[in-house]
Amino acid sequence: MNRENLINTILLLALATVPLWAMANDAPYTITLATKVAIFALAGVGLNIALGLGGLVSLGHAAFFGIGGYAMGILASHAQNFEPIMQWPLLIEGSKSMPVIWITGVIASGLAALIIGALSLRTSGVYFIMITLAFGQMLFFFAISWPAYGGEDGLSIYIRNGFPGLNTLLPIHFFGICYTLLALALLFSAKLAKSPFGLALNAARQTPARVEAVGLSPYRLRLTAFVISGMITGLAGALFADLNRFVSPSMFSWQTSGEIMVFLILGGVGRLYGPVAGAAAFIMLEHFLGGLSDYWHIYLGVLLLLVVLFARGGIIGFLAGRQVAHD
Amino acid sequence: MTEPVLSVHNISKTFGAVKACDDVSLDLRPGEIHAVIGPNGAGKSTLIKQICGGLKPDAGRVEFLGRDVTSLRTSARAQAGLARTFQVSELAMEDTVLQNVTLGALAAGGKGPGLFRAALKNTGLRDRAMSALMRVGLEDHAAIRASELSHGQRRLLEVAVALTLNPKAFVMDEPMAGMGAEGSKRMTGFLDQLRAQAPILLVEHDMDAVFALADRLSVLVYGRVIATGTVEDIRANEEVRTAYLGEGA
Amino acid sequence: MTVILFIEQVLNGLQFGIMLFLMAAGLTLVFGVMGLINLAHGALYMVGAFAAAAVAGMTGSFLLALIAALAAAAAAGALVELLVIRRLYIRDHLDQVLATFALILIFSEGTRWMFGSFPLYLDIPDYLSGPVTLPGGIKYPLYRLVITLIGLCIAGGLFLLISRTRLGIRIRAGESDREMIAALGVNISKLYTIVFALGAALAGLAGALVGAIQSVQVGMGEPVMILAFVVIVIGGIGSIKGALIGALMVGLTNTLGGIAMPAFLRLFMDNSAASATGSALASMLIYVLMAVVLIWRPQGLFGAAT
Repeated sequence: MNRENLINTILLLALATVPLWAMANDAPYTITLATKVAIFALAGVGLNIALGLGGLVSLGHAAFFGIGGYAMGILASHAQNFEPIMQWPLLIEGSKSMPVIWITGVIASGLAALIIGALSLRTSGVYFIMITLAFGQMLFFFAISWPAYGGEDGLSIYIRNGFPGLNTLLPIHFFGICYTLLALALLFSAKLAKSPFGLALNAARQTPARVEAVGLSPYRLRLTAFVISGMITGLAGALFADLNRFVSPSMFSWQTSGEIMVFLILGGVGRLYGPVAGAAAFIMLEHFLGGLSDYWHIYLGVLLLLVVLFARGGIIGFLAGRQVAHD
Repeated sequence: MTEPVLSVHNISKTFGAVKACDDVSLDLRPGEIHAVIGPNGAGKSTLIKQICGGLKPDAGRVEFLGRDVTSLRTSARAQAGLARTFQVSELAMEDTVLQNVTLGALAAGGKGPGLFRAALKNTGLRDRAMSALMRVGLEDHAAIRASELSHGQRRLLEVAVALTLNPKAFVMDEPMAGMGAEGSKRMTGFLDQLRAQAPILLVEHDMDAVFALADRLSVLVYGRVIATGTVEDIRANEEVRTAYLGEGA
Repeated sequence: MTVILFIEQVLNGLQFGIMLFLMAAGLTLVFGVMGLINLAHGALYMVGAFAAAAVAGMTGSFLLALIAALAAAAAAGALVELLVIRRLYIRDHLDQVLATFALILIFSEGTRWMFGSFPLYLDIPDYLSGPVTLPGGIKYPLYRLVITLIGLCIAGGLFLLISRTRLGIRIRAGESDREMIAALGVNISKLYTIVFALGAALAGLAGALVGAIQSVQVGMGEPVMILAFVVIVIGGIGSIKGALIGALMVGLTNTLGGIAMPAFLRLFMDNSAASATGSALASMLIYVLMAVVLIWRPQGLFGAAT
């Protein structure tokens, strides 16, 4: 086991241990914080597939996070008001079941990623950044001005949605769900990175002309990565909405996109577990600095600036050293 | 006479006021090395782009294996077996040598890249990649990063990637560039054998290599082919001597 | 009645477009000359607005407030360029995005810390308030008309600056060939600081001018900056002309879409549903415009093909 794998394992174990400790010591708020870490990390794992592997600097991932959130909000609000979403031509009911909500959220954000990606990937570099940011903003304004689902005020849900066999009202159970999904996503992205698809995507980031010359289409590789990435971030959005029992347009805001990206850079760009380390660091900073000062974002900004300028490897890079060539 | 594998019919390309390619025709027959030479700015890169994809000619057509490929994408031409190497190495520098070659093997596998099977544990892919590396003599360097290779080794790796593609024809853009005498000699020996596998359209500045290897030569000046023929024909051609080799008439 | 409303909205659209141009011009210059994507451009807009509001509060002079906005934003821009931005020119876009995102956090929270979370108000001076009667009997706010004209003058000045002055020649040279102008002995890092401060000053001025119509608050700059990005995508990166035309297109689409969309939907549905759905769809129109341009010309209307 190399050093980075060791650190990754410790990280994952620590994330599981903290809430168990909190449960034993009756500190439910700490469990909520750990759940938040798992969810943000999941959103980051999604972005990391586009950004770390594909080199696609998307500043619009809030779009998918928000769509996942609204999938939960819309399904659950219809279910709690006993109003079908649609009666004609076929009856579609709301749902309070997490798996149904997840699948809906993942499919919806995947479709959005397909459309946004198909347009944005016609360009590259700085255009791509500006366009993804703009599409995110488009959904933000749409959510604000669409009155059917709460508009600017968002949507509240009375009771957290259910999962067969678990009591999701218990913080530790809900944490378990989020943690399991994070672990699965990490496993998936590790497999993806080593798959032929990952190899080709990684090469398309470094040398698109070569990838074309061996008969592959960089555009299709990137679009596929962007869709997968959007789906995972959408799942995280659905979980985040369930954690808060609330969705609002702020999930679509450009700050959300920026923060998901901040998780990656704090943790280390291109590192598989970077989002986990980054999200944990972010939540801890928010918790501790936020307790010291109302203006903790200044410190976050300064820290981020220092990491970008002087410590590109982020936390994982600092702990594990230079990335090794994986085989 | 056997059918040409690759043929270019009267292609032209203009950029603004510059005719980068002016009614060019040439072909590549089985088993041969056809070299394209010409001074800098003669339009060699433009010609390669039109043959391999990425630049559509204003007029004329490109045929590969009897099929009109003029409006096909680069990737589709590569899938059909048109393998190219680049003048400036196009390699994934952060990846290992083996990963770079596997990339070629992947695409040639026929099916699109599968999502889940680990690329380097797939024995079919790995064997194919390793055998390409062995042919250029880089098998001992499989596990190091492409960025750690010497310049000459990168040139060889370029060729190895092309080898994995099931090539029906090679288009090589200055494979000897920056190689040094020893490297050039080795590459020359290698290309000499390679023509038995698939014919090579060789764009090259190194005249020793060209004269040693080429079955036929085309001379490109200001976007026009001024002569095509055997090495002897070209050496004897007055127009070439004046226009290109710079010898007084 | 509807003709008057239409003309009013066209004028509003022009005014909004011109303000977007002031933002987009700076962004596109900075990108064209230095290859830098600057997310903190919206923060400089905010700095201008706050400086104007603070100075207007102290002195009561709107003119001084505008000068303060220009000066504060240019100074903030120059300072940021010297401390942070110049380290980013050689970095990739990801680093630029993250570092300038960090600058937004610092600027926004710093402003909140200095001025509090409540919005400030910048009043339109008496001599510019009230409506004027335009030919055809249309009453239109004088202030909006004046800032549209100010913006147009600046646009004209900017074109002259780029095409006629020595600084403009250097800027254009910097866009095409950095080594060349360095070889000619132009102090490139000074040039970069000047260009960045110029872009910042334009953003600051826009912030102050708009601040008098809307409220001055933390976070006011980013939505405008994102629209300026849309403008640049439409117009093409590095093109001042593209920025002007893109800005006017976005401005007009934004205001006209707001009235046209509900009116259009009223043909199919009842009044309140049409207003609600219409305004939701209208909010998406400019992005649809951007998508159409992307499909048709991915490099933007006036961008160089790559």
